[in-house]
Amino acid sequence: MDTFTRAGTMLSKRIIACLDVRDGAVVKGINFEGLQKAGDPAALAERYNREGIDELVILDVTATIEGRRALEATIRAVSSRLFIPLAVGGGIRTEADAAAAIDAGADKVSLNSAALADPVLLTRLASRYGSQAIVVAIDAKRNGARFDVFARSGSTPTGRDAVEWAREAELRGAGEILLTSIDRDGTRAGFDCDLTAAVSSAVSIPVIASGGAGTFEHFLEAFTTGLADAALAASVFHYSEHAVSELKAFLQARGIPVRL
Amino acid sequence: MARRSLALVDYDAGNLTSVRKGFAAAGADLFTPASPDELAGAAAIVVPGVGHFAATGALGGPWRRAIAAALALGTPLLGICLGLQWLFDGSDEAPDAAGLGALPGRCTRLPPGLKVPHVGWNSIEVIRASRLLDGVESGAQVYFTHSYAAPVTQACVASTTHGATFASVVERDNVFGVQFHPEKSGEAGIRILCNFVSLT
Repeated sequence: MDTFTRAGTMLSKRIIACLDVRDGAVVKGINFEGLQKAGDPAALAERYNREGIDELVILDVTATIEGRRALEATIRAVSSRLFIPLAVGGGIRTEADAAAAIDAGADKVSLNSAALADPVLLTRLASRYGSQAIVVAIDAKRNGARFDVFARSGSTPTGRDAVEWAREAELRGAGEILLTSIDRDGTRAGFDCDLTAAVSSAVSIPVIASGGAGTFEHFLEAFTTGLADAALAASVFHYSEHAVSELKAFLQARGIPVRL
Repeated sequence: MARRSLALVDYDAGNLTSVRKGFAAAGADLFTPASPDELAGAAAIVVPGVGHFAATGALGGPWRRAIAAALALGTPLLGICLGLQWLFDGSDEAPDAAGLGALPGRCTRLPPGLKVPHVGWNSIEVIRASRLLDGVESGAQVYFTHSYAAPVTQACVASTTHGATFASVVERDNVFGVQFHPEKSGEAGIRILCNFVSLT
């Protein structure tokens, strides 16, 4: 039998925890500023794994601005006993930076400013590691009916449109899009489902909704109206035990396929 | 006699750090053979791989002959992701690259309609009991990332559905394969690696 019969999917919607890390400690900012300390990355990673998180992202939040690479020691500590996917972003500017993160234990690297400055980097990394290892992080801000892309931790306008940039990133070899709403980031006001739906319906690769998670309903909206394949949050998981398992039970009861 | 090691074939198709860590958790002693000759002493052979089927072209010639020779002697062989696809005759992704041909059938692209690549946690439906899936329940979720997939044939012991139903676990005699990444699939994945290691 060489051809497939059409069928649906049992693919789960992923719940991803983001560890925003600075100097080896987890922090969480509001609108990218005023960072507060919240914990040890390896300890948090272990807790999330126990609670049933589907994937982890380590983001070195100040790396690009301060010219610092994601801490390899943090990646090693987090990945040492973790058997779920781990993505690392922040300060990955060159092929050598990506190689260092991957050699330290990252399964995926997330590129933002560097991909905007040199999109061919995506193609080079995809041919070396496979597209599944290449995530393009897009920080977007609402501008009327469209969404503008910002670089350098949300500080620098690029003049690019989020939907158009996501399409280009896919063509150049990106395997996933990590899409953050700058307007919603840290506000707990809900994901920007218009942004997520616009990008998700324009590309074939998975789109991870990010920025604004505050309640379980926000995740439900990201998967229904937002058409997201995965949803990412940081602080909503950091401060409450059992948040991940309770969130998944909530989503399953509402018909969203999740991994329990 | 010292316990022989498992050979992890590194043919430059992706990063192997996570695969190595997964097998370490399963208690395996791994080595990376520098040449096909070194496969002769292996207790088992693991062919990993991510990316394009054309990358398996590096397994042509001497590697392919050495792996086939080890298979004929009864050495267990595990293909992971692209490595599973390579166990078959070939793939539409790279029609000119021949697979190992240990299992009949061709790999094809998952149909359009749903998002492809198929990325994330999906469940395996167990078709029949197998050594590789010993202790793994039907419905267990594992982590996938691929665009092409193998057909459901006699060798298929578990299937998964994403736009189509494909072989997610294959097992025939000493030939084993998983389309997902056991090293990234939590407890179920480590159990599968342990099951494979225990065959040696």
